[in-house]
Amino acid sequence: MYKYNANDQQIVEERAKQFRGQVERRLQGSVLEDEFKPLRLQNGLYMQLHAYMLRVAVPYGLLSSEQLRRLGHIARTYDRGYAHFTTRQNVQYNWPELADVPKILDELAAVQMHAIQTSGNCIRNTTADHLAGVARDEIEDPRPYCELIRQWSTFHPEFVFLPRKFKIAMTGAPAHDRAAIRFHDIGVRIVDNDRGQRGFEVWVGGGLGRTPHIAKVCRGFVEYEHLLSYIEAILRVYNRRGRRDNKYKARIKILVNELGIDAFRALVDAEWEEIKDSTLKLERSAIEQIVAQFAPPTYETLVDENLAKLILGKDRELASFVRNNLRPHKAPGYIAVIVSLKPVGRPPGDVSDTQLDAIADIADTYSNGRVVVTHGQNLVLPEVRQKDLAALHKALGEWDLATPNIGQLTDSICCPGLDFCNLANARSIPVAMEIAERFDRVDFLEDLGEISLKISGCINACGHHHVGNIGILGIDKLGVEAYQLLLGGSPGNDASIGEIIGRAFGASEIVNAVQTVLDVYLAQRSSADERFVGTYRRIGKTPFKDALYGDN
Amino acid sequence: MEIIRDQKIVQDSWRHIEDGDPVPESGDVTVSLIRFGAERSDLDARSGRDGVRVGPDEEIDTIIADLGKLPLIAVTFPKFTDGRGYSTARLLRGRHGYTGELRATGQIFRDQLFYLHRVGFDAFEMAPGKSLSDALEGFSDFSVTYQSSSR
Ligand code: SF4
Repeated sequence: MYKYNANDQQIVEERAKQFRGQVERRLQGSVLEDEFKPLRLQNGLYMQLHAYMLRVAVPYGLLSSEQLRRLGHIARTYDRGYAHFTTRQNVQYNWPELADVPKILDELAAVQMHAIQTSGNCIRNTTADHLAGVARDEIEDPRPYCELIRQWSTFHPEFVFLPRKFKIAMTGAPAHDRAAIRFHDIGVRIVDNDRGQRGFEVWVGGGLGRTPHIAKVCRGFVEYEHLLSYIEAILRVYNRRGRRDNKYKARIKILVNELGIDAFRALVDAEWEEIKDSTLKLERSAIEQIVAQFAPPTYETLVDENLAKLILGKDRELASFVRNNLRPHKAPGYIAVIVSLKPVGRPPGDVSDTQLDAIADIADTYSNGRVVVTHGQNLVLPEVRQKDLAALHKALGEWDLATPNIGQLTDSICCPGLDFCNLANARSIPVAMEIAERFDRVDFLEDLGEISLKISGCINACGHHHVGNIGILGIDKLGVEAYQLLLGGSPGNDASIGEIIGRAFGASEIVNAVQTVLDVYLAQRSSADERFVGTYRRIGKTPFKDALYGDN
Repeated sequence: MEIIRDQKIVQDSWRHIEDGDPVPESGDVTVSLIRFGAERSDLDARSGRDGVRVGPDEEIDTIIADLGKLPLIAVTFPKFTDGRGYSTARLLRGRHGYTGELRATGQIFRDQLFYLHRVGFDAFEMAPGKSLSDALEGFSDFSVTYQSSSR
């Protein structure tokens, strides 16, 4: 795991100090709210419906047990005893007092954390595959490069006031994108070219929001040493040319679309030519130094266990857990375990202070002290010995953390919605919770198989409803909360944007509508192995539409 | 009027002449990029120095040939959230080697100075009503940086 050097540490401490000054000047009145707003935003501090919300950066989602304990301590001391993990691998606090925020930043700095650039129109936290470093299908760990991007983008003086926010994601598993790189402003995929060289494929202009776009390839192969200069070239073109006249047209996806990818690429290439051999060129030794910090732990010599035995065993809860919550690990005898933060009856992604402490202890005992936040608002224990699975399952169960629903309908993604967010049209958390309750039958969920449900409370799409197999979008229909249903979205290598099926449903109808969609799928799938999205692509939207709205 | 130049508060005599207004016979003035191109011979006939103002959406191509002679370029920030001027500065200093005074004007607040200074600005007209001595502290918000820029 990357360990801060003296410079890194100094920067986060100076940031805490700077923000303390900004808050003091705001409270005294020498800085007006309009001037303060972009400052607090660049530090992850939003004004929500009822209070401030502080978003803390978790670079590429990786946390140590010590950091988790500190997050729990902050939840206990400065918030209402819980924290919320987000779809961008960050963590949010919903109830801090403005005057406490500088103290929270000090607490974070003490464990090498910060809230820098977690909001505002700047380069945000770079996200990565949550199985980075352990996935069997990975060709290289992307996190050292994410860390390079983190450093390059931190307080980059040219890019602090971009037209709009800017999000970068990276995967080192070219065949299985778990980082949704096609839905980011820049998506980076580590690839081998046909001459056997390793480098980066750079995608640009993806995004959700009002106008969802699948990214396009900007350059098929960028050599290692040019990663930062190529990204800087894209950012400079965007900073100078991105639209600033309309907030909803300011993301890079609009620029790419209006210019066309070829014209956009030509601008980037011209800029890149000028800077590719500047100080932005990465030295092999600098890369290797960072790569070394992400070196895997020394694995014990183990052999793979017979996990089928657990699946067929008497402990049915353990069996479900083993079937749904595990992901292959590259080291024999090891496994990555996903801890669900979606038990029935709790908002997706929420975790209490005591649970944070418990997960930290569990990570120390079973996962080399490491935890990773996923895009799906869950946590991964990446380094688990397979022979510890039963004990780990028991330990998680004691903290209501053993819900065996990863990838299932109840493992939904959901934005804060009208319960917290002042942009919302409709509540989203209660819909997610109601659906979880309605379908919370292990056998039914198992039979349904892998399916994703994503809910946003407004068109800004923080709940990624466009890329849910089933997406739900909260809208305002003449002052009443209503919900639009989208089907067929997917964020991965087979990226697709969900289609709106028909008129919106009322709050009391939406759960029944989901039931209808599931019934159609179960009746029409070609076999139990055909996933929802496969069936949808095969039969199209008509059967769903007919069932939902009648066929007349 | 007082401005910040080279991290000190100094008196400044440059006048910014708006497009409709007459350019005085003497004294140091800035004019808009368009006027700088259109009224070149009139400007050359004056006794004072001529500088140019560049707006956020203006390309600097037309003044590249003049950079060696230009004593002052003022990049305007009508809205401080519009960051195009930062790239303008980087290009002027880094790509085109401009060494004259590069001044940020408009909505300039203390918390931008660290970044503006790094991309190459060396002079700052602060927004009306803002304390210059307070602003000077903005230069030292951070003592280490990650990436190269103009400085
Ligand atoms: S999708 Fe809309 S309601 Fe949900 S968090 Fe984003 S802005 Fe708020």
